[in-house]
Amino acid sequence: MVKFNRFTLDNGLRVIVHEDSTTPMAVLNILYDVGARDEDPGQTGFAHLFEHLMFGGSVNIPDYDQPLQRVGGENNAFTSNDITNYYITLPSANIETAFWLESDRMLSLAFSKKSLEVQRNVVIEEFKQRYLNQPYGDVWLHLRPMVYKNHPYQWATIGKEIKHIEDAKIEDVKAFFKKHYNPQNAIMVVGGDVKTEEVKQMAEKWFGPIPAGEKYHRNLPQEPDQHEERRETVTAKVPLNDVYIAFQMGGRLDEQYYVCELMSDILSRGNSSRLYRKLVREKHLFSEIHAYMSGSLDKGMFVFEGKPLENVSVETAEAAIWEELERLKTEDIPDHELTKVKNKTESTMIFSEMSLLDKAMNLASFELLGDAGLMNEETGKYLAVTGEEIKQQANKIFRRDNSSTLIYLAEKVA
Amino acid sequence: MPNDQMILHRKTAPEFKTVDHVNLVKPVHQKLDNGCNVFCFNSGDQELVRIEWVFSNLRFNPAKPLLNAATVNMLTEGTTSLSSTEIADKIDFYGAFLQVDYGHDHSQVILYSLNKHLHHTLPVVLDILTDSIFPARELETFVRNQQQKLQVSLQKNDFMARRLYNKALYGDTIYGLCAECDDYNALNREDMQAHFKEMIQPSNCTLIMAGKIEKDTQELVTNTFDKAWTNAEKKADISQPELQSSTEHFYFTKKPDALQSAIRMGRRIINRTHPDFPALQVLNTVLGGYFGSRLMANIREDKGYTYGIGSGMTSLKQTGSIFIATEVGADVCKAAITEIEKEVNKLRAELIPEEELSLVRNFMLGSLLGSLENVFSHADKFKNLYFSGLDYDYYDRYIEIVKTVSAAELKSLAEQYLDSSQFYKVIVGKY
Repeated sequence: MVKFNRFTLDNGLRVIVHEDSTTPMAVLNILYDVGARDEDPGQTGFAHLFEHLMFGGSVNIPDYDQPLQRVGGENNAFTSNDITNYYITLPSANIETAFWLESDRMLSLAFSKKSLEVQRNVVIEEFKQRYLNQPYGDVWLHLRPMVYKNHPYQWATIGKEIKHIEDAKIEDVKAFFKKHYNPQNAIMVVGGDVKTEEVKQMAEKWFGPIPAGEKYHRNLPQEPDQHEERRETVTAKVPLNDVYIAFQMGGRLDEQYYVCELMSDILSRGNSSRLYRKLVREKHLFSEIHAYMSGSLDKGMFVFEGKPLENVSVETAEAAIWEELERLKTEDIPDHELTKVKNKTESTMIFSEMSLLDKAMNLASFELLGDAGLMNEETGKYLAVTGEEIKQQANKIFRRDNSSTLIYLAEKVA
Repeated sequence: MPNDQMILHRKTAPEFKTVDHVNLVKPVHQKLDNGCNVFCFNSGDQELVRIEWVFSNLRFNPAKPLLNAATVNMLTEGTTSLSSTEIADKIDFYGAFLQVDYGHDHSQVILYSLNKHLHHTLPVVLDILTDSIFPARELETFVRNQQQKLQVSLQKNDFMARRLYNKALYGDTIYGLCAECDDYNALNREDMQAHFKEMIQPSNCTLIMAGKIEKDTQELVTNTFDKAWTNAEKKADISQPELQSSTEHFYFTKKPDALQSAIRMGRRIINRTHPDFPALQVLNTVLGGYFGSRLMANIREDKGYTYGIGSGMTSLKQTGSIFIATEVGADVCKAAITEIEKEVNKLRAELIPEEELSLVRNFMLGSLLGSLENVFSHADKFKNLYFSGLDYDYYDRYIEIVKTVSAAELKSLAEQYLDSSQFYKVIVGKY
């Protein structure tokens, strides 16, 4: 159970406070309700590039990192297809420094040309390091456009291509800031060794004067249901073949989300899971296999990913995955197995309360979903899932005409 | 009129405090009759616990380089009474997590469990530690899967660079291990069982538990692992052959298609037991130990050559090292190395400006405080000390040195330890 207090400033900034006096530290986490899905198709990768630019100095503070390090703090950020999230941890005695820094960059950036130029290069190197210069690194650049034909989830957060990043201009950066970075579009969580009253005062003092800005109304093209089997084969300089099968599924707010999560646990969580037991250990078909969900806010992906052993054909490997899916669709789930995944989920929830930063990030995410309090209802929702519901979801999702299969074929190199 | 408090000075940083002390949770020590040392950290609100059984690795045998790692990694793969499946199923059913982890000096079995399920999960661990049998069928699977994983890793430039670097620094020893796919084929059950008997015994084990541990929980653990767990006849041989650094200092592996080159450079220096270690950590932080470091500021934030660059220090039982690692655009590899060397040499030639040094001091102390997130972190801090043969005084001394070491002292340490002409240099990609 994670307790919190909540208030909203006049300019629309939502603030959540989680008091935890067992630590001498504090966290300030700001979630901006903007992700790669909000990008223009001709300017992909922009939300993430922008995240880098948020560290290039703000209107009154030329350097973001140094003053924070000087007070013993650390920070980082990440961008997903849905959100951009910034966080600071620091000794709680110095929490005001975090308010000072974060409020100034919400007020306005420095928009330095040098910063843009350098961060373009840094992001291009990131593109190479994570997506192009790694075996199988470009998988999402292939798979996303197969699953999504309309929705902007068809590109990865890094962007469709390096050129989009190279082309970014300072005017674009300014326009993006104006559109998305304002109090109405943000959720702040302050946690750790803090008191709600103090947080309220500091929030009013530092964030209160920031103009509300214009509200961004999201109106994205939605992805229609899939009714045909999709398939692609890529030959690449990779050491082993690799099989990916992605299915469309509901979004994070879909009431069946929890059912799907337990279904993915049954299939792939831990060494007792079905895919690992059957396909890796018993039938000796794969060296590794995983199932997971993208967890996105709009229509999501349920993904299978496995590397067949060298003597196993891709066809055999694929057929074995489908066989397990058919089992899930037709056979009842033993009580023992369902209890197992529920127990695991319950203990994971308790273990996650050991981390202040995780708690703060989770509170922000749930507030974005509509209510931070949902965080404390999670366990109950998992425990309520029935075997019959899992079977229904399996039948709904794991259809050939809802699948996108991507095969990596190893081009043998010496 | 707004009062003074309401006038915002956005250009001026708020007042701040420096960290001047850190409260560490210290363990309760107990030695069991079978020789196993137990350390217990009781703190936290959540009804859960992490228990680690830490074993010293046995003497490295170059003819059987993977024996130690494979024995440890296969501990969860079957006992006389429990199959691999049954072990996995029991652990998962009770919502626990069981990991085995092979390190340079020690290997460990780690259990994360809710307290209420410990009486189900502990017996599984006892069974693993006393009666692992390394079933032939599971070994076969292990070998095949590890070989496939290694093939993928060998395509990654940073993985290659790390291997080559370790091999150059430490030679044919446990630290320099550079396994090839073929080495897996040499593994056999008999060797593993013998290795298991000698290594996994109470007199070679340190048991560290952390979490909400009241008296009854502690007793449950110690009772389980005392009488039912006995020593083998042969004492564990945990001596190690001497490290052999290579005379060749430069290694380049060409990858014609590389978009980026992995660079790793550095040298062997002292470990944590040496009095210079904390001050060298300050020097390392200045160079590449935080986001605002000189390497990041120059090579990422000014030149844009890389997504990330950093330096680090390792403290091992037999030695320590300082290294710099990055992946840079293939076309700027030479330029990046020049800049790295420039930054290293600057530490030897110039005093670190007081403003930068005070920032690093504060950053390091804040970071120490922040690293104590929960009771597990307190246990981790203890492990750093205990396995280096140090006392809690170490952290008092560490804090004192971080606060007071002078720019002149740091310069002289750089002169002594950071001669880039003595660095090993490994490049995988294009050069």
